[in-house]
Amino acid sequence: MAATESPRVPRPLATPNAEAPSGSTHVRLNAEGLSAFFGSSEVVKGVSIAFRDREVTAIIGPSGCGKSTLLRCLNRMHETVPTARVHGTVTLDGQDIYARGVNAIEVRRHVGMVFQRPTPFPTMSIRDNVAAGLQILGRQRPSRAETDGIVEDALRRTALWDEVSGRLKDSAVGLSGGQQQRLCIARALATRPAVLLLDEPTASLDPISTQKVEELVYELRQDMTVVIVTHNMQQAARVSDRTAFMLAGELVELAPTHALFTTPSDSRTEAYITGRFG
Amino acid sequence: MTFPGAPRVPNVAASAQGRHERRRSPRPSGVQRAAAERTRTTLGRRRVVNVVMVGVTVLAAVLATLPLIFILGHLIKAGASSIDLAFFTEMPKPPGEAGGGMANAMVGTLVLILAASGFGLPIGIGAGLYLAENRGTAIANGVRFLSDVLNGLPSIVMGIFAWQFLVKPMGKFTALAGGIALGAMMIPLVTRTTEEMIRLVPVSLREAALALGYSRWRTSLVVVLRTALPGIVTGALVAVSRIAGETAPLLFTVLGNQFWSTSLREPIAALPLQIFSFAISPYDEQHALAWAGALVLIGIVLVISLAARFATRSQFGRGGD
Repeated sequence: MAATESPRVPRPLATPNAEAPSGSTHVRLNAEGLSAFFGSSEVVKGVSIAFRDREVTAIIGPSGCGKSTLLRCLNRMHETVPTARVHGTVTLDGQDIYARGVNAIEVRRHVGMVFQRPTPFPTMSIRDNVAAGLQILGRQRPSRAETDGIVEDALRRTALWDEVSGRLKDSAVGLSGGQQQRLCIARALATRPAVLLLDEPTASLDPISTQKVEELVYELRQDMTVVIVTHNMQQAARVSDRTAFMLAGELVELAPTHALFTTPSDSRTEAYITGRFG
Repeated sequence: MTFPGAPRVPNVAASAQGRHERRRSPRPSGVQRAAAERTRTTLGRRRVVNVVMVGVTVLAAVLATLPLIFILGHLIKAGASSIDLAFFTEMPKPPGEAGGGMANAMVGTLVLILAASGFGLPIGIGAGLYLAENRGTAIANGVRFLSDVLNGLPSIVMGIFAWQFLVKPMGKFTALAGGIALGAMMIPLVTRTTEEMIRLVPVSLREAALALGYSRWRTSLVVVLRTALPGIVTGALVAVSRIAGETAPLLFTVLGNQFWSTSLREPIAALPLQIFSFAISPYDEQHALAWAGALVLIGIVLVISLAARFATRSQFGRGGD
């Protein structure tokens, strides 16, 4: 870590050089020439980006730069909005998720997503919320006992188990905002997705809850691919291995997080991370 | 206003500030005095207007509830004495005989409500779900408009249509025809409340379900409809309480029945019809029973309304954020 630190960005919580996650360069999710439209306006413009296994990739950029839309193209959520269209290809382990005959529902089971605001299902208990993704698996649906095990595992991973284990049957709406968001992450983890997409997961949380979610994201990279969209550059610096900077629908730069924040190769990236706009 | 030499204002912070300002302008200028005078007179006028307007709205609120209080009071006075166990368990007596009850009419109303709900609720809820899930499309806008028109359709028109297209082809008056006529009246109300309640379910919840790999229909049914369910139940109960007292469509469809019947294929008795026929009869005993029937009918509507309120409260009482 000899590179000069940018004065505006704090040193990452844990520097990603220690336990070398970058050793695995297997590309899990790959977008090629991806363009996304709302009606006739092109929100994402020909982005090509690879997300590696066991890495956290952060996507930063000013509001309206298309980072959330890019994220929503990765699990085919973009197309659920009227007039939305997608061009280009996205491959998950080599399989084009936009290919003819590929079911969007199947894609979303393998690529989990957590949103800006916590979205627990208000009619379901804490347990049922976590198990919600398991209930739809049809014949592969786990038994009751198995489900309980998976729920506990997911809640433990999100550090919620100790807080909610005594009231699994209570409504999920009674939890605090931070707990609700971690519950949503647990719900997404329960189905064991290969990729987890986080769309500004801490935007509506207080600092303590934010820290918990960030720690969780940092843990998750041990066995999955994580893509996190964030407004907060410090957060990107803290949790991610690589960071992508987007501007006006284009991918400006993708680099190891530390390099991007200290020695950006593009002048626009430098202007953004030093706070000259956005 | 404090003068120089007047006792200190207890609020120390304010007085320090005030002294500083007084030093800069020792007494109010003519313009300031005029403004203060103006404020004082308009303030007086505003107070008067305020009192008058509050009084008018309070009066309107009292007048709005007065009819119900008056009706209830009169019904209790005229009908309560006729309400006894026999009223709920016995059949109507022939004209001129004292005693008897409206058991068949009450059961008939129950049967009609069930038939109407069985017909109207699935269609209304389904249509509401469609409108909410496909908002903005031409079909949805058309359906919404027509359902609003249908909502304003006079019930007697509904009765005539039910007679024309159900009773006449079937060759006789039946409870089924009445149930369908009442159910058709429920549909627009249930459709619109269902749509509104489903719209209250945040899009983010729908997206969360889709992102978990839920199919569209499962998202609608398991997440959206279930979340909106207390509101939909409220809407259904409001619709039921509205048709429970309908008389006009029944005159053309179920006709009324002096005897015990719960069959959907026969004419059936109903509280509103029984009230109507007793009220226009020349016998005092039957008049009293008509009042009692009206009281029971209002009681039923009241109970349904209370149930609706309870269902609504359980929806919003639990939500915390």
